[in-house]
Amino acid sequence: MGDSQDPLNKRWDHLRKILERPGPFCHPEFEPSPEILDFIMTGCKILVIGAGGLGCELLKDLALMGFKQIHVIDMDIIELSNLNRQFLFRHKDIGSSKAEVAAAFINKRIAGCQVTPHFCKIQDYDESFYRQFHIIVCGLDSIVARRWINGMLISLLNYEDGVLDQSSVIPIVDGGTEGFKGNARVILPGLSACIDCTLDLYPPQITYPLCTIANTPRLPEHCIEYVKVIQWPKENPWGIQLDGDDPQHIGWIYEKSMERALQFNITGLTYRLVQGVVKHIIPAVASTNAVIAAVCATEVFKLATSCCIPMNNYMVFNDVDGIYTYTYEAEKKDNCLACSQVPYTIPIKDPAKYKLKDLIELLCESASFQMKNPGLTTVIDGKNKTLYMSTIKSIEEKTKENLSKSLVDLGLRDNSEVMVADLTSPSTMVLKLKYLVSDVEME
Amino acid sequence: MSSPVPKSPEQSEKSKKYDRQLRLWGDHGQKLLENAKVCLINVTALGTEILKSLVLPGIGAFTIVDGEKITEQDTGSNFFLDNDSVGLSRAQVATRCLLELNPDVHGDYIDESPEHIMAHTQDFFNNFSVVIATSLPEKILLPLSKQLWEANVPLIVGRSIGFLAYLRLQIREHTVIEVHPDNEIPDLRLENPWPALREHLNNIDILKLDKKDRSHVPALVILYYYLDKFKNVYGGVPVTRSQKDVLRNLIKEGNSFNDEDDENHLEENFQEAIHYVNTCIGQSRIPSQVQALLDDERCTNLTQESSSFWVMCAALRELVQSDGALPVRGSLPDMAADTINYVALQQLYQKQAQFQAEAQLYQKQAQFQAEAVYRRASQIARSLGQSPDTITEHEVKLFCKHASELYVARGSCIAEEYQSTAFDISSYLEDPDSLMLYYAIIRGLERFISEFNTTPGQFDDQVEPDVLKLKGIIGKLLAEWGCGQAIRDERIHEVCRYGGAELHSVSAMLGGCAAHEIIKLITHQYKPLDNTFIYDAITTNSATFVL
Ligand SMILES: [Zn+2]
Repeated sequence: MGDSQDPLNKRWDHLRKILERPGPFCHPEFEPSPEILDFIMTGCKILVIGAGGLGCELLKDLALMGFKQIHVIDMDIIELSNLNRQFLFRHKDIGSSKAEVAAAFINKRIAGCQVTPHFCKIQDYDESFYRQFHIIVCGLDSIVARRWINGMLISLLNYEDGVLDQSSVIPIVDGGTEGFKGNARVILPGLSACIDCTLDLYPPQITYPLCTIANTPRLPEHCIEYVKVIQWPKENPWGIQLDGDDPQHIGWIYEKSMERALQFNITGLTYRLVQGVVKHIIPAVASTNAVIAAVCATEVFKLATSCCIPMNNYMVFNDVDGIYTYTYEAEKKDNCLACSQVPYTIPIKDPAKYKLKDLIELLCESASFQMKNPGLTTVIDGKNKTLYMSTIKSIEEKTKENLSKSLVDLGLRDNSEVMVADLTSPSTMVLKLKYLVSDVEME
Repeated sequence: MSSPVPKSPEQSEKSKKYDRQLRLWGDHGQKLLENAKVCLINVTALGTEILKSLVLPGIGAFTIVDGEKITEQDTGSNFFLDNDSVGLSRAQVATRCLLELNPDVHGDYIDESPEHIMAHTQDFFNNFSVVIATSLPEKILLPLSKQLWEANVPLIVGRSIGFLAYLRLQIREHTVIEVHPDNEIPDLRLENPWPALREHLNNIDILKLDKKDRSHVPALVILYYYLDKFKNVYGGVPVTRSQKDVLRNLIKEGNSFNDEDDENHLEENFQEAIHYVNTCIGQSRIPSQVQALLDDERCTNLTQESSSFWVMCAALRELVQSDGALPVRGSLPDMAADTINYVALQQLYQKQAQFQAEAQLYQKQAQFQAEAVYRRASQIARSLGQSPDTITEHEVKLFCKHASELYVARGSCIAEEYQSTAFDISSYLEDPDSLMLYYAIIRGLERFISEFNTTPGQFDDQVEPDVLKLKGIIGKLLAEWGCGQAIRDERIHEVCRYGGAELHSVSAMLGGCAAHEIIKLITHQYKPLDNTFIYDAITTNSATFVL
C-alpha cells in the first residue's frame, strides 16, 4: 500500500508519466494526479475470467499496468498441450488448477500484486460475487460461458423508470483468438452492443450431415465422425463414454477411422486430425494470445483511469498476411434477447400446427438464439405451467409429451409470454408469441 | 482392403506439447523453428515480450545483447526481470527468466553494449536467423542495418513509447512456399487436362446418361463436358463475364435436357459445376507472380549458394516449359453435401466411388509431377556442387503442391530509408487520419535521442521545452523530405508527455506481432509484413506502410 506515493519507489515511473501529466488526447474528464495510480493499485478490483492462453497474458499485463486487486476464475487444470502458450505454467504444474498456479506465479513475480484464484465454474458464483468488481475481463474459449457472464452483468443493471443507472454498469472487456486471428471488444452492458447483440459473429460449430458420414464419406473428417457418432456408441469398447483425453480411446477411434478411410479410398487421415475432430481442437499460438490480451489490458487501463477514451468497441486482428487490424462500432440490437429490456417477439404463422418442439428447435438452431437446452415455462390463467424442461429428469418425463403438442393445444395465445431458461444466460428470458392469424379465426 | 490397418502411433512428448501450433505450421515448420537462433539487442519490455512468444513455441536458441544494469523502472514494465534483480545485468536476468519458460530452448547472453560488439566483433550479428533490435539508437542502427542487409540476415526493429508502437522489418529477400491463403481456388485443369484425365472425362457422355445416373456425375465431369461444347462452338475457353454466362447457361440447359421436371430445379452437381465456372475457368495457367519468379535472375542464374527454393524453381521452370502449366495441386474441393435423402443408397455409394476415383486421378498426377521435379531438382543441385541432402522429397512435394502461391518478398534497407530524401510523405499527410504522422514523430524522436542523449519529456519540468526542441527536429526532417506540411503541436506534445515511458500492454501487443513475423521468416510460411507497422493504442488503430 502507498507503493505509488513513495517518491523513492521509481518502479511505476512509466505509469506515472501517463497518469500524472496532462495530455491533449486524454479523456475530457481526465485529471492527472497521483491518486489515479493509487486507485488502480488499492481500490480497483478486476476479475479475469479464464486462466488459459489469454488469461495468463491478461494477468501479467494487468499486473504490470499497475492493477493489484485481481481475481481470476477458471475451472480447468493444466495440461501438457497448454505449455506452448500458457507461460505461467511449467511441466511440474500439470494436473494443478490453472487459476491457482497462475495467481501464485504473478504474486511471486510482481511484488505487492494480490491475485486471488477461484478454482471453479463461473456459474458457481451469484451476483453478489460479480457485483464487487469494477471491470470484468474475459479470456474464454466458450461462447456459452461468454453469454452467461454477459447475462449476469446485464442482470446487475438498475433501471429507474426505464432509465439506466450508470453506476450499475460493470464494463466487460472480452478477447477471443483462433490461430492467427483474434478479436477484442469493450462492452458497456445496457449501453453498447453486448455478446448476444452480435451472436451472428460466432458461427455455429461445423457439423456433417449424418447421411454423408454414414453413406458417402469423402473426407477423412467424415470417417472420424462416423466412428465417433455411430461406431463408438454401438461397439462401446470399454463400456464407458468416449473421453477425448484418453489416448486409448483416441487410438481406438484412429484405428477404426483408418479402416473406414481405407475402405472408401480416402487419404489424409492422421492421428492429429482424429484428435482435432474428436476434441474440437482450436489451433492456438502464443503470439496471437499476447496481442489480443494486450489490447484488452490496454482497454481495462483506459476504463479504470479515464486516461483515454476506450475503444468503440470492436477490434479484429489477423496476422496471416502482414499485420491487419480493424476497429469498428458493433451495433446494439434493438431487440436483443439479453440486453434490450423488451420481450423478444416470435412470429408464428400457424399456431394450431406449430408444435412446441418446433419452437425449441428454433431456439437452438437460429443464429440469433443458439441456445443449448432451453427450459420453457409460461403463465396460463394466472398459474405457472412448465412447458418443457430437459435438465431435470422427473420434469422431463412429465413434460415430454408437450413437445408434439401445438401451441394452441398447450393453451398459449397470441401475445402469450414464454419464459426461457438456458445455459447461455443466468437469467430467464421472455419471448412473446405473435400469432399471424387472430385467435378468433382459429376458434 | 486386405492391407493391415496401421496401429495408432505413439505421440511424442513434444508433439503433445506443441500440438496446438503444429496444426498451423506443421512438423516441418516446427523443425525450422527448432533449428533457428535469434539475437535480441536491448532488454526492453518489448524485447522480452518478443522473445517470450518465440521461446514458448520452441525456438532453437536465443542470445541477448545488453550492457545495462536493471533499474527500478525496468521492473515496472518488464515481466522477465524479477523484483530483487535491480542492479544486476539486464541481459543475464532476462535470459534466466526466459529460459524458465521452456526447457527445450537454449539461451545465452552477452553483458556488453551493442556498440561494443559492433566495434569489436563485427560479424557477430551475421550468425543469426533473425536479429531483433529494440530502442536502438540511430548511430548503431544504421551500420547494423547495412551489415545485415549485405549478409541477407533479416532485421526486425521495434520501438514502444507510451501509446505508440512501431515495427520495421528489413528483409533483402525472403521466399515463401506456403502462404496459407484464406480461400484456395480449386485446381481442376479442365481447360488443359493431362492425358489420363482427358481420357477419363471423354469417356463420360452426359447426354447418354439417364436421369438417375446423371444426378451423381461429379460436378467437374459436367463442367468439362459443357466446356468442350463451348469450345466447339466458340473456338476457345470463356474468359469474359458474358462468355462465362454463356457457359453457365449451357450447363443450366443441360440439366433440363430430356426432362419433364420444372426447369428451375437444378441438381446439386449441376449447381456446383455452374459455381466453378467463375473461379476455375478462364484463369491464366500460370499466375503472373509465379511466372515472374520462374523468369527471375535468381532462378535462371543458379550458383552453388542458391537456396533450395531457387533450385526447385529452376526444376519447376523446366516442367512448366514442357507441360505449359504448373504441377497439379492434387486435391479436389469436397463436393456439395447430400441433402437429397430420397436417393437410393446404391446410388449414393456410386456417387462416392466416382468422386473418389477422380480424386485419386488428381492425386496420382500430382505425385508423378512432384517426383519429376524432385529428380530434376536433385540433379541441378548436384551439378551446382551442392551436397545431395540439400533438397528433400518432402520439400519438393510441398513446393509443387503450392506452386501457384509461391511468393518472394524483397524489402528495403533501413539505412537507405534513413538516408534518403526522396520520400514523399506529403501525400500521406494530406489525410489527417493517416498514422504516417507517427512515423515522422518517431524519426524525430530518434534524432532527438541521438542529439540530446535523453528521451523528450524524461523529466517533468522538461516536457514543454522538449516539445519545442522536438518540433524543431521534426520540422527539419520534413524539410529534408521536401514536405510542406507540419505535424500538429498536440501530437508532438503527446509524445513528449510520455517521457520515454514504456507501457507494458502496448509493448506486449507489438511483441506478439513481432514474434509472429519472426516465425513467418523462420518457417518460410505466411506473408511477412511489408515493411513498417504503426500502432496507435489511443484509438486502437494500426497501419502498414511500404518504406
Ligand atoms: Zn445485447
